[in-house]
Amino acid sequence: MRNRRNQPVRQKKAGTGTSAGKWVWLGFLAPSLLGVLIFVCLPFLDVVRRSFTTAVTGRWAGMSNYKSVFENEAFRLAVWNTFRFTAVCLPLLVGLGLFVAVQLSKLADNQKFKTLFLFPMAVPAAAVVLVWKMVFSSGGFLNLLLNRLGLLADGAQPDYMASGAAFWVLVFSYVWKNLGYTVVLWLAGLSSVPDSILEAARVDGASRWKCFWRIVLPNLKGSLYTITVLSFLNSFKVFREAYLVAGSYPDKSMYLLQHLFNNWFVNLDLDKMAAAAVCVGIVLFLAILALQRLWDRDE
Amino acid sequence: MGRREQKNKTGETAGRRAGRAARRFMGKRSFPGQALRYLLLAAAGVLFAAPVFLLVSGSLMSRWELGEYLSALESGEGFIRWTWFPMYPTFSHYARLLFETPQFFTVFWNSMKIAVCSVGGQLLLAVPEAWAFAVYRFPMRRVLFTLYVVLMLLPFQVTMLSSYLVLNDLQLVNTHWAVILPAACSTYPVFLIYRGFSSVPRALLDAARIDGAGEWRIFRKIGLPLASNGILSAVVLGFLEYWSLIEQPLAFLEDQSLWPLSLYLPEISLSQAGYSFAASVITLIPPAFIFFIGQDYLEKGIAASGLKE
Repeated sequence: MRNRRNQPVRQKKAGTGTSAGKWVWLGFLAPSLLGVLIFVCLPFLDVVRRSFTTAVTGRWAGMSNYKSVFENEAFRLAVWNTFRFTAVCLPLLVGLGLFVAVQLSKLADNQKFKTLFLFPMAVPAAAVVLVWKMVFSSGGFLNLLLNRLGLLADGAQPDYMASGAAFWVLVFSYVWKNLGYTVVLWLAGLSSVPDSILEAARVDGASRWKCFWRIVLPNLKGSLYTITVLSFLNSFKVFREAYLVAGSYPDKSMYLLQHLFNNWFVNLDLDKMAAAAVCVGIVLFLAILALQRLWDRDE
Repeated sequence: MGRREQKNKTGETAGRRAGRAARRFMGKRSFPGQALRYLLLAAAGVLFAAPVFLLVSGSLMSRWELGEYLSALESGEGFIRWTWFPMYPTFSHYARLLFETPQFFTVFWNSMKIAVCSVGGQLLLAVPEAWAFAVYRFPMRRVLFTLYVVLMLLPFQVTMLSSYLVLNDLQLVNTHWAVILPAACSTYPVFLIYRGFSSVPRALLDAARIDGAGEWRIFRKIGLPLASNGILSAVVLGFLEYWSLIEQPLAFLEDQSLWPLSLYLPEISLSQAGYSFAASVITLIPPAFIFFIGQDYLEKGIAASGLKE
């Protein structure tokens, strides 16, 4: 990530420039590149073409697929929910991860805690579905706890999966699953903060908070980039829990783009799907490039 | 040489190093603060481990006990109940699952096949690719690198239709290959392995070339040993990911007999709760096993997930 200078920059010794040697990189590159081209890149171009044609007859349809996608109410709801989910989850996960990482970094031995926080990564979504049902349904543990604490109104026993609260259940399960690696990434970032600056600052009498805000945080920018991108990437995987707990048509508050794509796929709405895939692909592509550009500039 | 350096660098876990660094700037720790911190973290840890505890204890309860505790979930009246330990612990659910349900075995091996083949395929493609990125300078290298980053980050839903079209053309839909082949082409492991390769000193490569070693031999003798950390990280992360795959099998496998555990489990109804608990625990065992033997590599892999050169 950081040691650009350590990289080998040579390709082939100039003196041995046989024609076979010049192309040897292709041999290492080809298998993976072929796979990527066959399974992702070329078919995606076909999807782009399809997005401008009708699904059944394959005739040129101009922008009509795009128009019908943008006018589609389910699409708007799904985009809004996905956006809302990302906007709530990313800051929450990144912030909570940093908080836990800083707490852990102050312990003499934090290996056990790290294991605890990482373990949900190993728990398959399918295995945890049962637990989520036990916790969040109307007779579940959450209501039991609230009842014991006297926080539950008389007779009211909400089913969290079937109301607007479903969104927050999803947020919870996302944080539960992803906090571990966020903490690990933050810890790695914390350990790379140069000691000399910190020592100098402390000698100069800087307070703990000042040290943290002025020295540690600015040095964590690289980690922040990685954590944000990976958390974003993984935020699409909450579909697993969402689908397994609530099926193809969950409560409106947690109907995500992933549900929509899946339903279109099942209903063979391929033209809409093509147009939507192109749109989402472009948005994500631009977002990734913009983030990379930002990061490049900081270096 | 490079190998030894790497070992030294990673011999100490990142967390401990962070701990040292933090203590340096945070100064001395006060006792009540430290106790509070332990308490807070322990509470959070218990919350994180609770689901596994529920699954294991539930899988050991008898049908009647479970039926009584879980009745509130079905009727919607009253609340769920639970005990720390089953009143009459029993292994009957496991016995039924393992000895009387051949279907479960099929599904289990489906999962195993998908996870192992996907990870194996990934390594076959990603290791040489990472070597090419790290050692050679070729035209379009930066463009390809960016392409690989983007491909790594695109969610499945964006490429779902394109994958389906090509799998359909190849007549692979509704076979395990429909899940395995696209997974094998994932570009994530390239970046995990690339990091190990990029530490190879170029003088060493040049020396090997002067001594007459071919490029393939250099890759095998010098490259591969350097990549072992990255490869193990890719194996651990890959297995955890492909063991719990939902989206791909859901889209590309129609036949229920081809389904992996991750799709089969939720099909078990709550009336067969004991069976469901036991199946969940068994589903959890392989990834938990990989997790505990590979946690070090898992952490290193995560920490090395830099997305840039």
